Amino acid sequence: MAILKVNNLSKSFGNVKAVQGVNFEAAEGEVLSLLGPSGCGKTTTLRCIAGFENPDVGEIHLDNRKITTIPPEKRGIGMVFQNYALWPHMTVYGNLAFGLQIRKVPKDEITKKIKKVLGMVQLEGYENRYPRQMSGGQQQRIAMARALVFEPEIMLLDEPLSNLDAQLREEMRFEFTELQRKLGITAIYVTHDQAEALVISDKIVILDQGKIVQSGSPKEIYSSPKNKFVAGFIAVTSFIDGRIDSFTEEKKKVIVKTDDGLVIHGFNNSFDIGKKVSVAMRMNVIKFIQDENKSDKNTVNIFKGKIIQSSYLGNIIDYKIKVGNWEVRTKSDAKYNFKVGEEVTFYLSPEDIIVTREE
Amino acid sequence: MQKSVFRKTIEIIIFTVFIFFLFAPLLSLVIWSVALRWYWPHTLPQEIGFDYWLQALGITKSLTLGAVNVVPAFLLSLGIAIIVVIITMAIAIPAGYSLAKLKIPALLKGIILILFLLPRAFPQLPVFLNLMLMFNKIGLTGTVFGVILVHLVVGLVFAVWITASTFSSIPPELEEAARSVGATRLKAFFKVTLPISTPGLVASAVFVFLTSMDEFTGTFFVGLPFVTTLPMTLYTASGSNIQFASVIAILLLIPSILFMIVIQKFLKAEHLGGMGG
Ligand SMILES: Nc1ncnc2c1ncn2[C@@H]1O[C@H](COP(=O)(O)OP(=O)(O)OP(=O)(O)O)[C@@H](O)[C@H]1O
Ligand SMILES: [Mg+2]
Repeated sequence: MAILKVNNLSKSFGNVKAVQGVNFEAAEGEVLSLLGPSGCGKTTTLRCIAGFENPDVGEIHLDNRKITTIPPEKRGIGMVFQNYALWPHMTVYGNLAFGLQIRKVPKDEITKKIKKVLGMVQLEGYENRYPRQMSGGQQQRIAMARALVFEPEIMLLDEPLSNLDAQLREEMRFEFTELQRKLGITAIYVTHDQAEALVISDKIVILDQGKIVQSGSPKEIYSSPKNKFVAGFIAVTSFIDGRIDSFTEEKKKVIVKTDDGLVIHGFNNSFDIGKKVSVAMRMNVIKFIQDENKSDKNTVNIFKGKIIQSSYLGNIIDYKIKVGNWEVRTKSDAKYNFKVGEEVTFYLSPEDIIVTREE
Repeated sequence: MQKSVFRKTIEIIIFTVFIFFLFAPLLSLVIWSVALRWYWPHTLPQEIGFDYWLQALGITKSLTLGAVNVVPAFLLSLGIAIIVVIITMAIAIPAGYSLAKLKIPALLKGIILILFLLPRAFPQLPVFLNLMLMFNKIGLTGTVFGVILVHLVVGLVFAVWITASTFSSIPPELEEAARSVGATRLKAFFKVTLPISTPGLVASAVFVFLTSMDEFTGTFFVGLPFVTTLPMTLYTASGSNIQFASVIAILLLIPSILFMIVIQKFLKAEHLGGMGG
């Protein structure tokens, strides 16, 4: 298994700068996710690694081998495509055998290897099916098997699960992780689904407009997104912009003031006073207070707002609340049944608030 | 998925062409070809027989019917068509592939396509007249080689367009997947792209074949008087002798119909081959 190093990679198409100075390293047996919105350069980065695009600048190393300019077929990299790209005129056996035949593997060994890899993806006995005779999920597994059967040192996956329905996608996430752990293969995984990235990755690289915005472990990224963009990508749904006003005595809590006079307490001491910041909140941060007299234990972070939208989702309700000039969202227990237009009081727990850079 | 829609479309087009353009006229041609006496206002001939057929196929000889042996012309047409198909496809496959798959700048691509289209963009008569004058200088008029060249010009236009669109309808990932498992560009082409594009390529070859069998204007200017293809004999006969002209017309249609049936079978077999595992 191998270490992949990408150094200062840049690639433009005409005047579109698809990838600009990207650096990352995937350690042996690690899953590294490239995460970002549509058009941020994930596929382009992956295609440069696979050898389907020539980078304008930068180098790619697989272990100590510089692979930047060698043709794709000589790189020994397995690839899983978004649309699977199974060969429609070949059976599963044909699809899986192709790479082995090229490597002049003896026929009985090919059959054995195919049997083994089909076992790994839980499709024993599917050798004689054609791709069109299989469901999307099964095709996906065959695509995975095809990328693994010739035992590459590293595999690349471009949104491999994005064509599957939500439930199957979740199942396949776990299957992928299990298989990858078992084989110990290094994997570069492209996705625009943050939940997927958080579950499967050892390292996440967040891209925006061809540049890396932040990289780190899923935990790092989830708990301390570097700026509003990253936060917005990692399940943050509400933002209130303001400035650092002051710190509490032990410099533990930071106090943020907005232009319209809201005062919000949170935990983050990495900014200077006066710095423009954004208070980022996930769906679970806002807690309604129905009987104000009972909530004497909290003296800060209590706000009054007005419900401006409510969506009923069964056991939970998704509310949009107007507070000052801001709109925030929360998912709350259906026992709070507020009407649109109703005044509400809520509390923000400082531990769950993320104070992050505004841009 | 895309492919089967593509195939279906081709099948439907072929069938429609078959029904509308072949069957109705064919029936009237068949009747005419065996009509020995047919005067207005009778709906069917008063006297029928195979005299014109026997004459045209060189089995009997008679001076009264005004028909001649067309077997040599038929074989010549067939031979020319086969050679034209082979050469055209040998050029059109790499040309179409390059246009569809290689990173050729859009401007250059446009220029190449226009170059291929150019001979068709002008009225045919002046183009071929010019060609005849050019061929005259280098001694190609009246030769089979000259006629083949003319048919190539006509056939290539269609062939390059059809092959280019066939190749570009194949998702590039299929070839990329082949390369990622270790296939060179050439191997990926022969093992993946070519087999998948076979229906489109066969359709293109059939088209070229039919175009060559039918080609008239160019052959008229470049080939006559020494190269007499079947359409030339048809032209000569059509003015004076409807029965003989009908025989030739049917002879012209036979290879076309055979080809249609073959391609129809072929497309079906391809389809079923995939379905039944
Ligand atoms: N072959 C190409 N020619 C021209 N522009 C391209 C080409 N490939 C990608 N681009 C452009 O480069 C940018 C990055 O594209 P890329 O496909 O890498 O995005 P992505 O992150 O994979 O997006 P998505 O999530 O939608 O797949 C986009 O602006 C895209 O339009
Ligand atoms: Mg992409």
